[in-house]
Amino acid sequence: MATPAIRMFRRLEGLFCVYKPSGVHWKLVRDSVETNLLKGLNATSSQPLPQEVRFLAHPVSETEAPKGLTLSASSVPVLSKHPLVTGPEFQHIRVGVGHRLDAFSSGVLVLAVGNGNKALNDLYRTRVTRDYTLEGEFGTATDDFSHTGRVVERSTYGHITQDKLDKVLAMLQGANQKALLMYSNVDMHSQEAYEMAVQGLLGPEGKSQPILTGLRCIRFQPPNFTLEVQCLNETQKYLCKVVHEIGLELRSTAACKGVRRTRDGPFTLQDALTHHHWTASDVIRAIRQYHSKRNAKYTHTQIKDTALQPPEESTT
Amino acid sequence: MSWLCLVEYDRAESRIQLLITMASSCTQLCLQCRRFLCSKTVASTWQYCTQVRHCIAITRVPTKILNGSFIIKGNPTTTQAKQRWKQQMFCYSDLAAKHLATQVKEDKGVEEVSTAEVVPYKSPLLPIRDALLATESQMSLDLDAAAKFSALEVISDEEAVHISVPSAIPPASTSLRDYVDKSETLSKLVQLGVNLWKLEQRPNVGSMLLRLNFNTDVAPRLLFLKEIGVEDSRFGYIITHNPFILTESLEHLQSRVNYLKSKKFNSETVASMVSRAPYLLNFSVKRLDNRLGFYQQQLNLSASSTRNIVARLPRLLCGSLEPVKENLKVCEIELGFKENEIQHIVIAVPKVLTANKRKLTQIFDFLHNIMKVPHNLIAKFPQVLNSKYLRLRERHLFLEYLGKAQYDPTLPNYISLDRLVSLPDETFCTELALATLDDFCLFQKTL
Repeated sequence: MATPAIRMFRRLEGLFCVYKPSGVHWKLVRDSVETNLLKGLNATSSQPLPQEVRFLAHPVSETEAPKGLTLSASSVPVLSKHPLVTGPEFQHIRVGVGHRLDAFSSGVLVLAVGNGNKALNDLYRTRVTRDYTLEGEFGTATDDFSHTGRVVERSTYGHITQDKLDKVLAMLQGANQKALLMYSNVDMHSQEAYEMAVQGLLGPEGKSQPILTGLRCIRFQPPNFTLEVQCLNETQKYLCKVVHEIGLELRSTAACKGVRRTRDGPFTLQDALTHHHWTASDVIRAIRQYHSKRNAKYTHTQIKDTALQPPEESTT
Repeated sequence: MSWLCLVEYDRAESRIQLLITMASSCTQLCLQCRRFLCSKTVASTWQYCTQVRHCIAITRVPTKILNGSFIIKGNPTTTQAKQRWKQQMFCYSDLAAKHLATQVKEDKGVEEVSTAEVVPYKSPLLPIRDALLATESQMSLDLDAAAKFSALEVISDEEAVHISVPSAIPPASTSLRDYVDKSETLSKLVQLGVNLWKLEQRPNVGSMLLRLNFNTDVAPRLLFLKEIGVEDSRFGYIITHNPFILTESLEHLQSRVNYLKSKKFNSETVASMVSRAPYLLNFSVKRLDNRLGFYQQQLNLSASSTRNIVARLPRLLCGSLEPVKENLKVCEIELGFKENEIQHIVIAVPKVLTANKRKLTQIFDFLHNIMKVPHNLIAKFPQVLNSKYLRLRERHLFLEYLGKAQYDPTLPNYISLDRLVSLPDETFCTELALATLDDFCLFQKTL
């Protein structure tokens, strides 16, 4: 028979996402979620102690006194099953982390509990794209491409206009489209490639270089600008480097002020739990919500897939 | 009686001779073992010895050893009733003593040979013999005697009491779980609310707890704690965190409490200090005095305010002084507080002394360089140094986004630092930010 804690754990198994604040390592996020979940699990009401019949003698003499003077059968709780002796029922649970976020960046971080780890692996085996917003600032270049690094170069940015920035972004996106076709391992002159491209399924299998499938400027107030990026197989360091290269391409310099992930596969900002909500009850709700959403959308996956990747359609 | 003694005498003599031959054969075996330590004979002799031992232990036939010489008396009267044998025993032993004296004179040569030969054989049996000497009983090598006491024989109650029953508890275990139901101390501790699971993970604590006797070790200390005013419900917490209080001597505990009282801590304060810092009573008076002196001198505090901080954070008296010194230096040099400001901060929030210094500088850096709060304001609201960095950051950024981040008390719409960090989220949103909790939540996702 399952104890309340086990039943609660069954409801916890699955995928959910949290909002990682910047300046915190993802391991710390994972560990604090795990401790919160353990706290919630072990706070559930424990089983009553099993009873055991024992022959109790006089309190003075030993339990197995010879003459059977005052032996009396009585039922006492088995203390070796007491929660203070056995320890909490759950001492660790498997919490898996999806695509990582480094300490500098913030945003949606996918976590999986228990059996959800399998689903997590399956999720990342399909080609998932991620959305980021990048905050950039013209005028400085730093050694680690972020605004906190050591400044290695300063430059002017008065000549940069939104047109010029868009031109550079379009060029960068074109180069990445070419890379996408190159990594997709299909002959470009075949019917197969045509059909895949029509469905928007062209892309790298498994590991590849980082590929930006979409790039757009959503705010331009020199020296600050904000980019929206869709990408595959990226790291946050690479995105910072992209900002740096855009600066160089515009005959200026740029440093990345923030990397924020707004979507990871099917997980969006709306689903993400902020750090006040990293408790067992909120996680259970988030997991149930994800399940119901996925079941509802399961029939429309084809449509959703093509809709999610508009840039690929444009190449065909 | 005399004729009986004579008969016994004769029998004993013949017995001794028989035994001497047996012993000499044994010594031969022993000598052999010396030469071939690893050969089979070792095993066989040991087997023999253990067999003898076993036989002794089980049959508990009385033995008598005199003057350290090796005289083993057999029990020729195997068919006799036990009671009768007991009666005989007294005169028999007397006689044996006399006989020994005469025998030594009569055939000294034989005796010397026998003792000399016997010496190496003695060694494996020595511990048993010592034990048996105390019981003043006689030992038999007659292996038939073992068969005499079968399991079905009726034994008297007195004897039955002395039979030691091997207890069912395992001799070694990785967990206290196997012992809880058997040991009175452990089961009482569980009923007090002590977390044995936490304790057994600490080295040596488990075996220490098992060795304690509840009535003589545990109960007096609990009574002592109760006497100084510790609440019953705190016992579990205290012992879970400091099991070594159960091995500390009562005089020491009393002297430390007396010391604290002599420093004008009143008895309720002492009780609350002990229940919040369980290790407090395990430190010597000298060490406690050292700590108190350090805080008073280092911070230039008056006696009453020293008492005040220590009573609020008794952990200060238990821990090491190095991190405290470091924190004071960090406040003075790195953060640039003046001495009277540090004093004020410490009196208001003693926890600053034991805080992590990296966390302290991180919060101060945010307060001073990003929120632009001057030193005197931070010293006025030292509670901010004790708050969480993430909480402070997201609240400040939210207020800044709304255009309400105004921490200067001389200007309108002033927001005090104290309220900024100490209010819970709902009241912060409604009272300071004038926004809803959902807005705040959404804002956090844009950081």
